[in-house]
Amino acid sequence: MNYLDCSIKEILENLTSKKITSEELVKLCFDRIESTDTLNALNSTYKEQALIQAKEIDKKRQSGEKMGALAGVPLVLKDNINLKNTKTTCSSKFLGNYVSPYTATCAQKLVDAGAIVIAKANMDEFAMGSSTETSAFGVCKNPIDPTRVPGGSSGGSACTVAAKQCFGSLGTDTGGSIREPASFCGVVGLKPTYGRVSRYGVVAFASSLDQVGPITRTVEDSAILLNILAGEDQNDMTASKESIPDYTADLNKGVNGIKIGVPKQFFTNELSVEVRDALLGAIENYKKLGAECVEIDLPNVDKALAVYYIVSSAEAASNLARFDGIKYGKRANNYDDLVDLYYQSRTQGFGKEVKRRIMLGNYVLSSGYFDAFYRKAKRVQEIIKREFLEAFEKCDVLVSPTTATTAFKLGEKTKDPVSMYLSDIFTVPVNIAGVPAISIPCGVDSQGMPIGMQLIGRHFDEKMLFRVANAFEASTKEAK
Amino acid sequence: MSEYNLVIGLEVHSELNTATKCFCRCKNEFGSEPNTHCCPVCTGMPGALPILNKEAVKKAITMGLAVGCKINNHSVFERKNYYYPDLPKAYQISQLEYPLCVGGHIDIVVNGQAKTIRLNRIHLEEDAGKLIHDHEGTLVDYNRGGVPLIEIVSEPDMNSAEEAVAYLEKLRSTLLYVGVSNCKMQEGNIRFDVNISVNKPGDPLGTRTEIKNLNSFRAVQRAINYEAQRQIDVLDDGGVIIQETRRWDDALGKTFSMRTKEDSQDYRYFPDPDILAIEIDEKFVEQVRLSLPKLADQRAIDYKQMGLSIQDAELLTSQRMYSDYFDEVLSCFNDPKFVCNWITSEVFKRLNVDESDVIDIPVAPNNMAKLLKMYKDGEINQAAARQVLDELWKNDSDPASIVDAKGLRQLNDVSAMEEIMKKIIEENPKAVAELKAGNSKTMAFFVGQAMKASQGKANPKIINEIVNRLIK
Repeated sequence: MNYLDCSIKEILENLTSKKITSEELVKLCFDRIESTDTLNALNSTYKEQALIQAKEIDKKRQSGEKMGALAGVPLVLKDNINLKNTKTTCSSKFLGNYVSPYTATCAQKLVDAGAIVIAKANMDEFAMGSSTETSAFGVCKNPIDPTRVPGGSSGGSACTVAAKQCFGSLGTDTGGSIREPASFCGVVGLKPTYGRVSRYGVVAFASSLDQVGPITRTVEDSAILLNILAGEDQNDMTASKESIPDYTADLNKGVNGIKIGVPKQFFTNELSVEVRDALLGAIENYKKLGAECVEIDLPNVDKALAVYYIVSSAEAASNLARFDGIKYGKRANNYDDLVDLYYQSRTQGFGKEVKRRIMLGNYVLSSGYFDAFYRKAKRVQEIIKREFLEAFEKCDVLVSPTTATTAFKLGEKTKDPVSMYLSDIFTVPVNIAGVPAISIPCGVDSQGMPIGMQLIGRHFDEKMLFRVANAFEASTKEAK
Repeated sequence: MSEYNLVIGLEVHSELNTATKCFCRCKNEFGSEPNTHCCPVCTGMPGALPILNKEAVKKAITMGLAVGCKINNHSVFERKNYYYPDLPKAYQISQLEYPLCVGGHIDIVVNGQAKTIRLNRIHLEEDAGKLIHDHEGTLVDYNRGGVPLIEIVSEPDMNSAEEAVAYLEKLRSTLLYVGVSNCKMQEGNIRFDVNISVNKPGDPLGTRTEIKNLNSFRAVQRAINYEAQRQIDVLDDGGVIIQETRRWDDALGKTFSMRTKEDSQDYRYFPDPDILAIEIDEKFVEQVRLSLPKLADQRAIDYKQMGLSIQDAELLTSQRMYSDYFDEVLSCFNDPKFVCNWITSEVFKRLNVDESDVIDIPVAPNNMAKLLKMYKDGEINQAAARQVLDELWKNDSDPASIVDAKGLRQLNDVSAMEEIMKKIIEENPKAVAELKAGNSKTMAFFVGQAMKASQGKANPKIINEIVNRLIK
């Protein structure tokens, strides 16, 4: 058998039963990384360190010590997650040589559970983008068709899991950055409830929307990772104290009697025929499995994208102001004075899309425009959130396509930012409402490209998402 | 100047004396090696997040309650965005729309006139780091970055430099009474911005200018007087005042334009998404209110009831340290007037109190009480008491042992002193004649001679008696 085809659950069984050692597994991963190098999924790799860690874990396992829940499993972090003494570049020239002095809480939890971080993944610069084409270190390619994008901004994180370079990865999702690439690459991507996973040590794009989540090959793996990632953090005031259930507990409970809401606003004309058909097929499948489907109205959800570009850009403009060339990162070689130092360093350090968001953000926050843009956007955000809460009085989960189309061609949308922004039209409302959502594969189009289905849940009810998602995944496996 | 009204408002920044910084767990400590109290949070490392220090919130509320503010139950931290190398995140966490405390007042007395200065608000924010300029360039020390600061904003209720200084003195005194700030000006604990305008009586308020970052009461006083006169001169010459920020040059004694309103910064304030809004319940506010110490005004009333004069009561309560010290000495030696006279003369003289200093009294209250008791009981005379205080000031110890070691005990033996006086009288017939002729000043001569003969230990009261008896 090819161990790289295993899920996290399966590889843990193989490790525990000593069919394979962690060291062998790490070597297999690096063989795959080298043979699939042209995908450009990874910004940096830690082969030497990973092998040392793997040997230590193998030794512990040999001597019968108690092992962590992820002992010996090779994982990848998005390159905006700090891991002490490694580069955290955010795929930006500005942080090209930035070595972090500390470790993010989410990364620490994985390490504490025995996971082996083997690499950091390529991404859109500072997580701004939907195709990983804004990376300063070259585009990442879709492993299923390398002429297409992997999605973004966590494109590298989705690509590396789909290409079986590792067993799972972490991404971050501000407006769809985990779910869209998961959908494009045919893997499972979870955006947890805002506050479910600590953001400490994760380079902020839009602090009120950012959320860390796992990208995996199965729904069960996603639940296994969330079990480890979730929880409060004394270093993050926005991390929730809400209790943490066992996310794997309800996986196999099925959907009999579950109410699945179908928001009519998510089945519009923008949807490609193939995506629509796949989704309608999935809904039929759920009905067969015993779920009840109800139509849901989210009358203002179409404003979510506008709210998103105001709020996220405003926060980004402020979050990225610290990259000023004074303390770390890029500093221009030549400058006249302090203001010129700022100007030159930022001009040279940031890419075009990042500059666009910074300008947009500063504009909506500037005096005279704040009320018309930022304050109004925050008010509309409350309305959208309320509509979601009302929807969840009528159903247990909402279903929608993750994206309107399958993965598009490299370069197809780079010249038209608005069409790029529209890639996130179904994922953005979820971040605006702060609710959790998962993207799972639900078929392929005529080109063989994966189609993603998005399931959206109540605040902190990821358990329900896993249950409903797993029911679909199990039924499609049986069908095979 | 008399035909113009002067209108002054003050913004006071005061660092809080919390154990740790406002949004991380680094030590809040002055004077350490540069960049030793730093972490990813207070140096603005990518991905670091602030965590609110509850002690800072409590101290800000404490000050708010001490000056009669209303405490907002819902309070929000906002980001004030601007670039400067001492501000590592390129934004300062501050408050704008929902500060912790609103309203309140400070009562002052100037030239016997009582006046109430209204407060607009008190909010909590973080301090910036410190730039150090040397011959090689500019360095940054982030030890101060993230230290909690309260900004106390007054209404424009002051009409003279004297009122402004009285307000600041009372404010500083209150900060020290409630113990939320060390108020050491030389450490930059407390800093002042002055808003000032002039107008003719009956006219609407004039255009104001702001003088930033003054760090002593004297600078505030001089800057106000200079700036008021400058504005008056401009108006009298038919000019107009430009709304602007000005810088005070202490050496030149002048203000200079820094930037006008047109090119003032747009701080793009918005609620900090990393910090949850804080909800403060009434119970907590009541707890803080109950924990407030007795403040200056109440203590002054108590002192007047002990029989002290208004002036003495105000002197003693002008700083909590004086008042606490007075109370502690009193608890060992209960003679309010005697203790008060000594503290306000001998102790204050040695404190060399200038406006910018808060110096501890280096003598333990119980030692001070022992000293005063010996003095009051006539065991030592005034000159000896002063000498012992000098010793205690240098090296605090038991005053009795100093008295013994230096042989300062007063000579109270009447027959021994009579022997000494007989000799002095014999040797100074001229002085005796003068005293007999009614020149009472000559008494001082005999006391002086007696002191000399006894190495300063003679009891002047007894000498007086003996001289009068032997000569008259």
